[in-house]
Amino acid sequence: MSLKILIADDEPNIVISLEYLMKREGFQVSVARDGAEALAMIADDPPDLLLLDAMMPNVDGFEVLQTLQGQPERPKVIMLTAKGRESDVEKGRALGADDYVVKPFSTGELVERVRRLLSDDGPAPA
Amino acid sequence: MKSLQTRLWLAVALVGLVCLAWLGVAAGLLYTVLAPEDWQTVTGALGGRAGLLLFLWAGALIPVHAALRGLLERYVAAPARLADEARLRLETGDSRPIEPLGSKETRELTGIVNRAIEQRDTLLCQMDNRIQEAARQTEQEKARLAALMSELTKSVVVCNLDGRILLYNQRAKLQFKRLSRQARVTGGGELMGLGRSIYTVIDRQLIAHALDNVRRRLRRGADSPSAQFVTVTDSGRLYRVQMTPVRQTGGEAPTDGEPMSGFVLLIENITDELAADEKKSRLLNELTEASRGSLANTRAAIEILDDPDVDGELREKLMQVIRDEVQGLSERLTRLQSQSTSALQSRWPLEDMLASDLLDLAGQRIEASLSLAVDRHCPETPIWLKVDSYSLTQGLLHLAGRLHQALAIDRLRLTISELDGRARLELCWPNAGPHNGQASARWIDEPMQVDGLTLPDSVEQVLERHRGSCWLSMPASTEPAGFRLRLPLAVPAEEVSAVSFEHHETRPEFYDFDLFARDHHDRCLEDRPLTELNFSVFDTETTGLDPAGGDRIIQIGAVRIVNGRLLERECFDQLVDPERSIPRLGQAIHGISPDMVRGQPTIREVLPAFHAWCADTVLVAHNAAFDMKCLSVQSPGTGIEFRQPVLDTLLLSAVAQENQERHNLDDLAERFGLTNLGRHTAIGDAMVTAEIFVKLLPLLADKGITTLGQALEASKKTYYARIDYG
Repeated sequence: MSLKILIADDEPNIVISLEYLMKREGFQVSVARDGAEALAMIADDPPDLLLLDAMMPNVDGFEVLQTLQGQPERPKVIMLTAKGRESDVEKGRALGADDYVVKPFSTGELVERVRRLLSDDGPAPA
Repeated sequence: MKSLQTRLWLAVALVGLVCLAWLGVAAGLLYTVLAPEDWQTVTGALGGRAGLLLFLWAGALIPVHAALRGLLERYVAAPARLADEARLRLETGDSRPIEPLGSKETRELTGIVNRAIEQRDTLLCQMDNRIQEAARQTEQEKARLAALMSELTKSVVVCNLDGRILLYNQRAKLQFKRLSRQARVTGGGELMGLGRSIYTVIDRQLIAHALDNVRRRLRRGADSPSAQFVTVTDSGRLYRVQMTPVRQTGGEAPTDGEPMSGFVLLIENITDELAADEKKSRLLNELTEASRGSLANTRAAIEILDDPDVDGELREKLMQVIRDEVQGLSERLTRLQSQSTSALQSRWPLEDMLASDLLDLAGQRIEASLSLAVDRHCPETPIWLKVDSYSLTQGLLHLAGRLHQALAIDRLRLTISELDGRARLELCWPNAGPHNGQASARWIDEPMQVDGLTLPDSVEQVLERHRGSCWLSMPASTEPAGFRLRLPLAVPAEEVSAVSFEHHETRPEFYDFDLFARDHHDRCLEDRPLTELNFSVFDTETTGLDPAGGDRIIQIGAVRIVNGRLLERECFDQLVDPERSIPRLGQAIHGISPDMVRGQPTIREVLPAFHAWCADTVLVAHNAAFDMKCLSVQSPGTGIEFRQPVLDTLLLSAVAQENQERHNLDDLAERFGLTNLGRHTAIGDAMVTAEIFVKLLPLLADKGITTLGQALEASKKTYYARIDYG
């Protein structure tokens, strides 16, 4: 059975690409338009990996991470964000993101990082 | 002269008693030497005439009184007056000759005293000349320092270790005015003044912390042992404060290892600077994050498009993503550029400069370089610009040079005026023939040509740095052809009053280095010497003389005395709307009409301001009971109470010059040789009262009255202290 990936991003323009990329790699993909929807979907059907955007309406990516922190079985998380400041990266990692990818990124590199994380090799070097 | 009267009556009574005693002794002698029959005859003869004898005795006392009175006037009162006058001249340095009165000997003595006064004055004059010569160098240095400080465009405040201000400059005064809650009435004078505490403006803890840091660095032998901190005021303004120590000098032996005698504060308002930095940073952040997002979307789409397996529908979607993102990015950049040009622009260092100085500078430069006559027109009211005078002068020189070449003009006109919160500088050539306007307009954009050199900047770029503009106006019916430049004013951003920066005829009293000596907190106020205390000398003008019956204050004037020095520039001078009519009789005296007080603040606004202005000082007034009553009747309505000690120059004069009969303000002013330039104006009377007070201090010291407690106690005992204003 293929691994499940949840894309949480409110920007349809990136979701098109991410969805295609992940499906091409053989993952089962679902999409949440904001943080609240992502949390509901995780509770309903936990994915293996969460591609999480930091800036989203209502509940943002950092709040999603915060909520997931208390849960025993949480998905692996790669944070995708335009917030490139060191303090933001630090905050994301402290809240439990397994990897942190600053936009713009190479699709090949992103796919590589997803694969590594799901094969338990640990995060790719930043 | 009461004591003289008493002495006179005592002397008459003594003579009367002596006469009675002599009569008694005579009667006793007669009784012993006469035979009883003879004694009987004598007593029989005098029997019914005892009343007559008594009458003769009493009658004889009248010429005795007259004679004694004359003698006392001549031999006691005249020397006493001479002693008073001589003491007055000794203590105050008054050189007027004393009028000879009394006996020949007293008059001779007066002559000797007058000659002694003359000799003293001659000696003093010689000594003064020597002292002046010796002190000239020091004074020059002090004046240089004061001038430097007062003209500096940064706020500088120097304090002793107790936080008492002993020097400040004009900029600091203006900056503190912005912090004053009563600026309308006091002009910030309650916060900034010699001897006032810096802690009313800056938190004591912050200064203590900075002082500790500076001390530590001093002890470590650091080269520049200064400390810096930022403080927020109640109104939300941010100030960056740099503290530098005033080290102990050779003359001041360090006590308990204290390496400093005071500190210098350089205060800078960074509210606008920080707000601008914050805006710049926010805009850059927004731009970066939004661009990252767009680039990510675009890059991902392009990379996927490289995949040959992408079908037509997805391909079209991805192409649309790219179009959307590129379009969004362009729009965002355009919007940001229009919104934030000024915020993102780097700050070119601009200086405050008087428009007339800039015109002079540019005019002289053009005249010297191009042999052109330059007329300069500047309004009388000073206009302060915020400019880079060097670049601007280069720009004007470039334009003038081009005009000279193209039109062969021999005269130019530079005019500056204020229009819509900006300055307008015009470079016109009134008497020139037709010219090519298009070609002239290009001179603004081309690299500047100055003295045969081509500079990297254009006039346009110079003006951009000023956030200003430059354009060419063609001749019109009302205006000649000319280049017009819009320049920023210095006033709105910095709130600098042009008038306050005008050069004063006399040196402002912005410093008093004697204040480096610290306060003696271990002594209570009443034990402290009068010469060490700070005083607020005030006077009120009122609608009438019955404060309890409804008469109200219409003017308060006050000056400060710090370290025995009258600070004429630190004054409080405020008209008050009494909210009632002003009787015509009063108007004739103080000259304050209802029109003058209309629109002025009421006592509810003025009294708190005056209270703050007088904080930590001893109040002084002439006939203070009346003025204090005027203030105290306002307490219920304003909640303001003046609890500090009050000294009265009327009572102090009665103490210091007990042999003088009159102690009203005019008499005292005349006696001390003072001129009251504003009699019956509150500030004029306050000023002359202060001068009298300063003159009274050595006279009081001569009577052993040196502390506040002694002065208060002696005042209470005088006759005048019994006057009550109910």
